[in-house]
Amino acid sequence: MSITATQIRKTFGSFTALDGVSLNVERGKLVALLGPSGSGKTTLLRIIAGLEYADSGSGRILFHNEDVTDLAAGKRRVGFVFQHYALFRHMTVTENVAFGLKVRGRRERPSAAEIGERVRKLLKLVQLESYGNRFPHQLSGGQRQRIALARALAVEPKVLLLDEPFGALDAKVRKELRRWLRQFHDEIGLTTVFVTHDQEEALEIADQVVIMNQARIEQVGTPQEVYDRPSTPFVYQFLGNVNVLRAQAMAGAGAFVSSPATMEQDGQVFVRPHDIEIVRDRPGEAGSLAVVRYIHAAGPQARLTLEQVQSRDTVEVEISRAELRRLALQLSDLVRFRLRRGHSFGEDYSI
Amino acid sequence: MAGPTTTSLAVKSAQAAGPRTIRNPWWVRVAFMTIAFAFVAFFLVLPLAAVFGEALRKGVGAFFLAFADPDALSAIKLTLTTAAIAVPANLVFGVAASWCIAKFDFRGKSILTTLIDLPFAVSPVISGLIYVLVFGAQGWYGQYLNAEAPWFPALQAWLIAQDFKIIFAVPGIVLATIFVTFPFVARELIPLMQAQGSDEEYAALTLGANGWQTFWYVTLPNIKWGLFYGVILCNARAMGEFGAVSVVSGHIRGETNTMPLHVEILYNEYNFVAAFAVSSLLALLALVTLVLKSFIEWQHTRSRSLKASES
Amino acid sequence: MSLSTLKSRAFRRRILPGFGLSLGFTLAYLGLIVLIPLSAAFIRSSGMSWEEFGAAVASPRVLASYKLSFGVSLLAASVNAFFGFILAWVLVRYTFPGRGVIDALVDLPFALPTAVAGIALTAIYAGNGWVGQWLEPAWAAGVRHLGERMPGIDWAGWLGTKLAFDRAGVFIALTFIGLPFVVRTVQPVIAELQPELEEAAATLGANRWQTMTRVILPELMPALITGFALAFARALGEYGSVVFIAGNQPMHSEITPLLIITKLEQYDYRGATAIACVMLVASFVLLLLINLLQKWSRRYHQV
Repeated sequence: MSITATQIRKTFGSFTALDGVSLNVERGKLVALLGPSGSGKTTLLRIIAGLEYADSGSGRILFHNEDVTDLAAGKRRVGFVFQHYALFRHMTVTENVAFGLKVRGRRERPSAAEIGERVRKLLKLVQLESYGNRFPHQLSGGQRQRIALARALAVEPKVLLLDEPFGALDAKVRKELRRWLRQFHDEIGLTTVFVTHDQEEALEIADQVVIMNQARIEQVGTPQEVYDRPSTPFVYQFLGNVNVLRAQAMAGAGAFVSSPATMEQDGQVFVRPHDIEIVRDRPGEAGSLAVVRYIHAAGPQARLTLEQVQSRDTVEVEISRAELRRLALQLSDLVRFRLRRGHSFGEDYSI
Repeated sequence: MAGPTTTSLAVKSAQAAGPRTIRNPWWVRVAFMTIAFAFVAFFLVLPLAAVFGEALRKGVGAFFLAFADPDALSAIKLTLTTAAIAVPANLVFGVAASWCIAKFDFRGKSILTTLIDLPFAVSPVISGLIYVLVFGAQGWYGQYLNAEAPWFPALQAWLIAQDFKIIFAVPGIVLATIFVTFPFVARELIPLMQAQGSDEEYAALTLGANGWQTFWYVTLPNIKWGLFYGVILCNARAMGEFGAVSVVSGHIRGETNTMPLHVEILYNEYNFVAAFAVSSLLALLALVTLVLKSFIEWQHTRSRSLKASES
Repeated sequence: MSLSTLKSRAFRRRILPGFGLSLGFTLAYLGLIVLIPLSAAFIRSSGMSWEEFGAAVASPRVLASYKLSFGVSLLAASVNAFFGFILAWVLVRYTFPGRGVIDALVDLPFALPTAVAGIALTAIYAGNGWVGQWLEPAWAAGVRHLGERMPGIDWAGWLGTKLAFDRAGVFIALTFIGLPFVVRTVQPVIAELQPELEEAAATLGANRWQTMTRVILPELMPALITGFALAFARALGEYGSVVFIAGNQPMHSEITPLLIITKLEQYDYRGATAIACVMLVASFVLLLLINLLQKWSRRYHQV
């Protein structure tokens, strides 16, 4: 089932959480709402779920062309998974998963046997079959989150919404669980939207990434699109490290490997650390002159901090360990750096 | 910890009522509010209003006449004296108890913590009775005074010469008051100091402070609101205690009557205006206690949210 | 226990000063003020023979006072559990002008001397009092009506026919005294209820009634029971507020603590002590239960 949100506005007092946001989620896709805290991503998710209502008179929410804007959360058939699980702690795992079925009116409620069967299948689906009689506090964080997922799926939702689903987990479990979620999504094919502030997470598992900032959507695209062709400076900076350099100075020093078409006087150029190459300063070498200030060589890549000789601005560079060995750099060495790829906004060109 | 008294400061400050989307239907809200307001009106507002209303029933003159009575003045004096001894005594105890319980681990700690709450579980009447059993004429103290061959004969002779009475005298009133207000400061400070941990004290010690300096400059500023909170609750109960004091006092007018006992005597003599006039003074004390209590809770919540926003 | 925690414990004990002094003072003070006097009650009654003890604690008048004290305390605590829950809910969840004042006022029964509470409640609920002049005829009529409808039961004997100076007065005083306990134990638990629990229930299709009864009330139950038990324990021992409003008729509206005072005034120290021992044991059992309850209520704490 597809989700369409049009012109959603939401204010809390004087704070604008969503400023006329429109979004279209295609059927069966796994979509990440990515942004810093306060960007409005969770509010958007909660409005889709019906846990929050958009300001009156503003936009609509449609599930596959059906207008659900005025429908209460319980009537929308959404599965919602909370960051801190929100499991009912006085109920066993089985009772938690069965809750949504048991509270149905007598006419729609499946028989006790059917409920039991359905719960068993769901527990199998989340690989926690033998945990039915446990209480939530007897489970690990990752297990609790999977139970929360099973509970949300029990009501056979049309869409699945997850609010920072891995936010409360430690780094290792987090990585495991997000890969599991991707596989899981491919198995059941349910339209899924999840909120995260972790760009790595979004880029790794989502089909589509929606990048939000200050109550607006900055860019929508596949992980590769948003990483390689950020449409705004914010997206560029949010999706990884970036150096912001003065285009004029770079051009003057011959620091562009392939030179750009036109150049504004005071334009800026955005360059990722791994898109910079370094050579030792020798006569005849082009590039901006800089001093090596810091070398960090633990990890797969070596990270260098350079200080530009003219402007005294710092530049972060990432090169391979082999490259670092070949250059045999020491602190305070003079080098020249050149930009292999960069991006400039406003003037709308890329090198 | 169990024990019938107010919620501790540490628990009280966790309140926040954010806007929620999921709410009860309006008629449930209206019904809840109506029930709550009616309950508060009949059981809290009316009794308070009755005290002042009845006190002023015959005019301001009759009200003040109640305080012209020398017995009333001596009751006020005795109440103040009792509180002036009982509250500091329990304050010192509360600080010592919370220091050893919150800062150290030792066997039987949880039993000790429970024992400190014990006086709250004892009926005020029984609190008085046990002191009569220990210090009364028929009690252990009386037996000592009448003993043929006592321990410390000089002490016995001195006590007899002084005619030193405990029960039906001021010392008994003070002791019974100390008993009923025993846990107030300690039970406020223990959870507070446990929550704060000992890191700041360790830091002070490594910086060269001695034990008293550490306590005075580091611990005390951290617990001052909790201490004050415990003290005002302790004081309210010390000044208002009726049952326990009633048992040990002997009701000697002008000598062993505290304010609550004086109220009882006036009331039983059908001197209602005077009874309520003295009561209004005690009710005023209660109101001041509530205001201070709310103020401290507000302070505490504020400092907590300040700390939260810093981190 | 690992070696490092053992080490850190020993280390911790040594590093901060004042352990011996503070513990020594605490134990001495506790012993002198609380433990020795309390033990006096048991030591003195242990000098009594079983027959004497039994006669003191199980005479008809004493038994009637137990029934009244336990019965009305239970009733008052139950009423407080119900109204206290609603009041706590209103104080946490609803915003309205004067909320802070009402919140502060909830502690009035803690702060107001019991004697003052007793005479104030009497002034309100007596037959000629502020509320009593309207309510007492209605109460009497209600009791009479019950007696006519169901004549098998001695309604007037059970309920009394008046508000003040009768059993209803005991109930009023004990309700007043116990009011803050439920509110103050339930209030922080309501405040800390995660909104997500209710939202989860809503997205799963539960209506508000189902959410209240199946999700919220089970969450609050340990606190409600604890508050109930605290109010009950306090009501059992209460004396000051009750004696003014109860009428204190032997076999009918005489509470157990009053009976202890009566025995003392008759210089029947043994009788008074025996009853006190029964009450003390009851209080200690309650204290133990409350402690267990609070442990139990923390059992899901980590979720």
